[in-house]
Amino acid sequence: MVVTGHVDAGKSTLMGHLLYKLGRVNSKVMHKYEQESKKLGKQSFMYAWILDETGEERARGITMDVGQSKFETDSKIVTLLDAPGHKDFIPNMITGAAQADVALLVVDSTRGEFETGFESGGQTREHALLVRSLGASQLCVVVNKLDTVGWSEERFLEISNKLGSFLKQAGFRERDVTFVPCSGLTGENLTEPCTEPALTKWYKGLTLLEVIDKFKCPERPISKPFRLSVNDIFKGTGSGFCVSGRVETGMVQSGDKVLIQPQNETALVKALMIADVPTMTAFAGDCVTVTIANFDQQNIAVGYILCDPLSPVPVTSKFEARIVIFNTKVPITRGYPVLLHLQSLSEQAVITKLVAQLNKSSGEVVKRKPKCLLRNNNAVVVIETSRPICLELYRDIKELGRFMLRVGGVTIAAGLVTQVNLDSVLINNSWYFNFSLDCTFNFSDSVIIQENEWKSLKGSGFGI
Amino acid sequence: MKLVHRNIDKDGGGSITLIPEESEDMWHAYNLITKGDSVRASTIRKVQNESSTGSSTSSRVRTTLTIRVENIDFDTQACVLRLKGRNIEENQYVKMGAYHTLDLEINRKFTLIKSEWDSIALERVEMACDPTQNADVAAIVMQEGLAHICLITASMTLVRAKIDQNIPRKRKGNVKQHEKGLCRFFDSVMQGILRHVNFDIVKCVLIASPGFVRDQFYEYIFQEAIKMDNKLLIENKSKFLLIHSSSGFKHSLKEVLLDPAVIAKMADTKALGEVRALEAFYTMLQTEPAKAFYGLKHIEKACEAQAIETLLISDDLFRCQDVSQRKKYVALVDSVRELGGDVKLFSSMHVSGEQLGQLTGVAAILRFPLPELDEEEDISDTDSN
Ligand SMILES: Nc1nc2c(ncn2[C@@H]2O[C@H](COP(=O)(O)OP(=O)(O)O)[C@@H](O)[C@H]2O)c(=O)[nH]1
Ligand SMILES: [Mg+2]
Repeated sequence: MVVTGHVDAGKSTLMGHLLYKLGRVNSKVMHKYEQESKKLGKQSFMYAWILDETGEERARGITMDVGQSKFETDSKIVTLLDAPGHKDFIPNMITGAAQADVALLVVDSTRGEFETGFESGGQTREHALLVRSLGASQLCVVVNKLDTVGWSEERFLEISNKLGSFLKQAGFRERDVTFVPCSGLTGENLTEPCTEPALTKWYKGLTLLEVIDKFKCPERPISKPFRLSVNDIFKGTGSGFCVSGRVETGMVQSGDKVLIQPQNETALVKALMIADVPTMTAFAGDCVTVTIANFDQQNIAVGYILCDPLSPVPVTSKFEARIVIFNTKVPITRGYPVLLHLQSLSEQAVITKLVAQLNKSSGEVVKRKPKCLLRNNNAVVVIETSRPICLELYRDIKELGRFMLRVGGVTIAAGLVTQVNLDSVLINNSWYFNFSLDCTFNFSDSVIIQENEWKSLKGSGFGI
Repeated sequence: MKLVHRNIDKDGGGSITLIPEESEDMWHAYNLITKGDSVRASTIRKVQNESSTGSSTSSRVRTTLTIRVENIDFDTQACVLRLKGRNIEENQYVKMGAYHTLDLEINRKFTLIKSEWDSIALERVEMACDPTQNADVAAIVMQEGLAHICLITASMTLVRAKIDQNIPRKRKGNVKQHEKGLCRFFDSVMQGILRHVNFDIVKCVLIASPGFVRDQFYEYIFQEAIKMDNKLLIENKSKFLLIHSSSGFKHSLKEVLLDPAVIAKMADTKALGEVRALEAFYTMLQTEPAKAFYGLKHIEKACEAQAIETLLISDDLFRCQDVSQRKKYVALVDSVRELGGDVKLFSSMHVSGEQLGQLTGVAAILRFPLPELDEEEDISDTDSN
């Protein structure tokens, strides 16, 4: 589960407080944080410190990289990813969101603050669209800091309505979105039913924890070949080194030989840990720490893939993709330099060919070799990365087949990989276009941004 | 570059003698010399001496040779220009027609003889010899774990060092590894700066990053500088400028150059002019697509229609080894100018020039719309990939 939302919406505080209430943080540590944050005059951040652990984050009071933690509900074990809200750290947030099955979207209900986050330049919309494009379909909107507006029902409804219609247009189904009133600071309605009279007067619904418990577990692709995208590399306690990341597909066992791509060298899985507990096997969906032996730590980087040596992940520096353009300020032409974000990987790339512009709903070719692509266009393009990277066809392995393109700190497009082995395929091959028709369904399922929404966004200078 | 001598006759043929003074001048020379030109320069030649007894010894002599250039090789990082061709002036050591490779060197003059000096070539000489063009800037674009140390001169952006290091992320209960990794990374970048940035020449050091990386780094190096008593850094502290960029990848240099603080400090550099011209092109493409085109075929048509207001053209098009191709591009530039249009010659060594190169190398903003061009299929005829 990834926690997203505009900077200062109270994400870290909310999750820190939740962890504390669930007994994941012992009271001695909590006391220490309370004392230390008080000393720095930042007592209001004491819960955020549970997740914001670096000195830099604490001193500045904002999350910079994804904070990871774990907790349990009645029916589930939840891996929690606290994403940074600030615009500059969206690449980190993409990494977090790409690993998540479900998301919390935290909004600050303080008057004026919700509006800043939601309107132009705010991250609320960008985050919602990113989360949706990266595959999370269930969302809980936490209407936070309700203590600042006197637990007003009116305010809660106002926010729920505004966001609700936006989320629907962004491709979330109504039944997959829940709104919960909370206060991360006071702890109201986190794990226990609310006690605040001003709130109990009108709210009889679920607590945040109950909503999280009710999320449906997505189907795990455990029968597919093993893939793990490396998100972190560090020294373990013993020999060898550790990498951590999510098992995207398949499973891995301690003692397995795995292939590390694009390096194309094998390594040995010496040990596995899930949430600091040793285990023999890990399955798709698990966030796991792998101790690696027989491999040089220098030769692995974030964004590399551990995979089944008998069924290796494709490696390429040139591929074809179907993209949907977001609200870009400038048109996209061939030669356009972009940053490609795929799972935890970010790599410099160039859109080298505009193959065709497609009709948004039918996927038919509107124009071959268009001169440029404008906002809201759907298109088939060829992308070349400056170094070979690992990726999969979207129809094979979704998790490694979707990506985001960013330019100058702005997300300009979301895409799906449609062709990896370009040399063997003629672009105007009719089979190819039939295929892209097939994938239209999946595609619009993952990124839907409707016409009317874009019209309303156009004027607002909304920077996604 | 120093112009020593210039002798060009009425029909455009003749010679120019130049002395390269800095590495950038090698880049200019690379753009000036084409296959078929003749170059005279001093060089080292290995000669075999046969003694009366028949045994042979070899020795190295410095001599001046003139060759007809057949092969040009430019090492962009080292700025070394290597010319290979046959000797065309008999000399006491080297026979006519013998192959020789000339390395052009800084502070050694060379003479370039062309049968035709076209407008692009003459302009290049002028540009190279203009001392006001020298405003060297160092720019470090960085993000956690990735940094590019770049040197920006009038017509080149050179990546002097790329630092790509893994920094462990912060994890529950263990931020030590993260903080240690970050320090190690900062140290590598600092060493890179000390090695590659010549503070005598560089007027300004831009440190650009997203988030707070630049502030952290700035704090780090000056703390270290005080610890190590590094006078060089301390004395040049005022040259450092902290700028926002969206990433540590090289192409975010474009954002850096457009930052108001940088513009104020650097005034009008060629690099900035190019970034702006390309921006203007994309803006036009957005607002009035019938007034913005790219690809030689369309641009030639627009030129025929006398519609070109600004022509954006990459200098690598003039380096093509096909003489008729070069002539075509020179003719295009000349006629745009004759018709009162503005020509922006992009350096393919700057980030925006790289981008223009990918965009067929030639683009134009028009005075009036030519919607009929848009209707033609296949604008990408000049597609080379
Ligand atoms: N009044 C009030 N303040 C809150 C609440 N939650 C968070 N804050 C404050 O909002 C600020 C930002 O919180 P933080 O958790 O760092 O936000 P993040 O950027 O979304 O992670 C801090 O000063 C918190 O104390 C809340 O429920 N009520
Ligand atoms: Mg935070």
